Amino acid sequence: MIFRLVFENVRHRPIRTMLSVLLIAVPVTLILALIGLSNGFLEDSRKRSAGVGADILFKAPGGSLMTFSTGALPQKIVDLLKTEPHVVQATGTLVQPIGGFDSINGIDLAEFGKMSGGFTYAEGHGFQTPDDVLIDTWYAQQRKVHAGGKINLLNRDWHVAGIVEPGKLAHLFAPLASMQDILGSTGKVSQVFLKLDDPKNADAVVAALKVKYADYGIWSISEMQALISVDSIPLLKNFINVILGIGVIIGFAVVSLSMYMAVLQRTREIGILKSMGATKSFIMSLIMAEAFCLGFGGTIVGILMSYVAKAAMHAVAPASLPQAIVYTWWPIAGGVAMGAALLGAVYPGMMAVRQDPIEALAHE
Amino acid sequence: MPDPIIKVRDLWKAYQSGRVSVQALRGVNLDVPLGEFLSIVGPSGSGKSTLFHIVGGMTPPTSGEVIVGGRNLSAVGDSGRTELRRTTVGFVFQKFNLLPNLTARDNIRTALHISGQATDVFEKDFLDILALLGIAGRLDHKPSEMSGGEQQRVAIARALATHPAILLADEPTGNLDTANSLAVLKLLRDLNERLGQTILMITHNNEAAQYADRIVHMRDGVIVETSTPAGRQALGPVV
Repeated sequence: MIFRLVFENVRHRPIRTMLSVLLIAVPVTLILALIGLSNGFLEDSRKRSAGVGADILFKAPGGSLMTFSTGALPQKIVDLLKTEPHVVQATGTLVQPIGGFDSINGIDLAEFGKMSGGFTYAEGHGFQTPDDVLIDTWYAQQRKVHAGGKINLLNRDWHVAGIVEPGKLAHLFAPLASMQDILGSTGKVSQVFLKLDDPKNADAVVAALKVKYADYGIWSISEMQALISVDSIPLLKNFINVILGIGVIIGFAVVSLSMYMAVLQRTREIGILKSMGATKSFIMSLIMAEAFCLGFGGTIVGILMSYVAKAAMHAVAPASLPQAIVYTWWPIAGGVAMGAALLGAVYPGMMAVRQDPIEALAHE
Repeated sequence: MPDPIIKVRDLWKAYQSGRVSVQALRGVNLDVPLGEFLSIVGPSGSGKSTLFHIVGGMTPPTSGEVIVGGRNLSAVGDSGRTELRRTTVGFVFQKFNLLPNLTARDNIRTALHISGQATDVFEKDFLDILALLGIAGRLDHKPSEMSGGEQQRVAIARALATHPAILLADEPTGNLDTANSLAVLKLLRDLNERLGQTILMITHNNEAAQYADRIVHMRDGVIVETSTPAGRQALGPVV
């Protein structure tokens, strides 16, 4: 019967209900979009790192997985690393962030192709001049360019030599020598990928390299993939917590206002229920049940809107803003919305409970 | 002689209006035996509504003794009065006071739910009451789809659904036209005669009061006269 009462109350004021649900949905969407973006970016990073075909990643001393120090390693270390036991191939890349989560990678196309199995060209071909770049299909879609077109990066116009299928290291590639020239990092690389005779030797080789190259950042690719998480992106976790907090505040304020209005509008109805002997807990449960419904509706709409956000981001920036749908966060975002909604209903509920039945019945 | 179902002794009620204390009741004494149909009449400000609200457990007395259905309302708190409203009395109001978003059936079911009774199927004797009230075919309509007379009949049905010992009616014909007023009054009298339903009705309409077994006249917070309707028998059988 409580459900019936709540359902009819919610249905009877569709505009208020829809607005409340929509406003509660906003923080749910915000949370899910942010988490989806983080996870999408990390998942994309994992796929791209796996696409390199390497078994070990080698970085300069103090290097971390998700940050780059341009040109922090001497390029000659690539040849040194090739002489290590079990290492059959090594290639260095020079990474330069270009804004947001994007970066351009300077590569030795022949070496990188040998390690990764080579690019699959959707359009065009490999580097032929120092001004050539390769971009993947997502970045091409994002920048709306085709092979043969121009693209401005690092204050320089590049010629798009080819468009490749995504999933290998990065979205943008330039000749290593060109990048070294532009960045003033001649003879330097940011990181070195090593391919072993057998991937099973990765842990042993990493251990041996760590002894020989103490303080350097050395990870097996499988270890690296396991370490790519929200925690490895500086301040991302804090940012997520801020968004969660904002979600709680919005949900609390919306439901509190909505239920406050509802209690005022239903003063007489509350009086009627009290005249029938409704207890305080019954009245409170009605208010809380309605808040629950609004919170639940907001959660569902918020989840649906996260799909819309994903589609919108994919349409605008598929390479820079890869968004995943993270199902495991649905209950968390829903919990935030529902918790805030229930919290917001407490004061209006207490108002309703305290109403004098005679005054409530006299309310017009 | 059995105890009256409503027993009021030296009842006083004061309202605080700003810094001024307003005495609404000044030492009311009243007994209502089980099965009686009692009208309380009086002008505005006579205290009849206050007496009604105290007997119905809507507000506590300031002093005196009020025993309703064996429960001493002077000694119980808010939860005790809530319990009284849930189990012992049923209200019928001038403005019907049906829950506007619910059908007649759901209004009745809500009362049953609150009183802790089964709500899915109406009992046989209650179905008889619905037939007597003439609303058996209107149960799936909302108040906005019903006439005032129909709404008041639904309100009576809702009040009786929980089998309360006492039906409290506050100006039940105040918002009805003459024909519907007459019908509602006859229904109340019939419920009293056929089912032995104790009814306490307040009204400022002397004609309406004539349908009761006894009329209590109030003025300035006291009972000034008790009378028996002269034409009580002349009203004839109903339905």
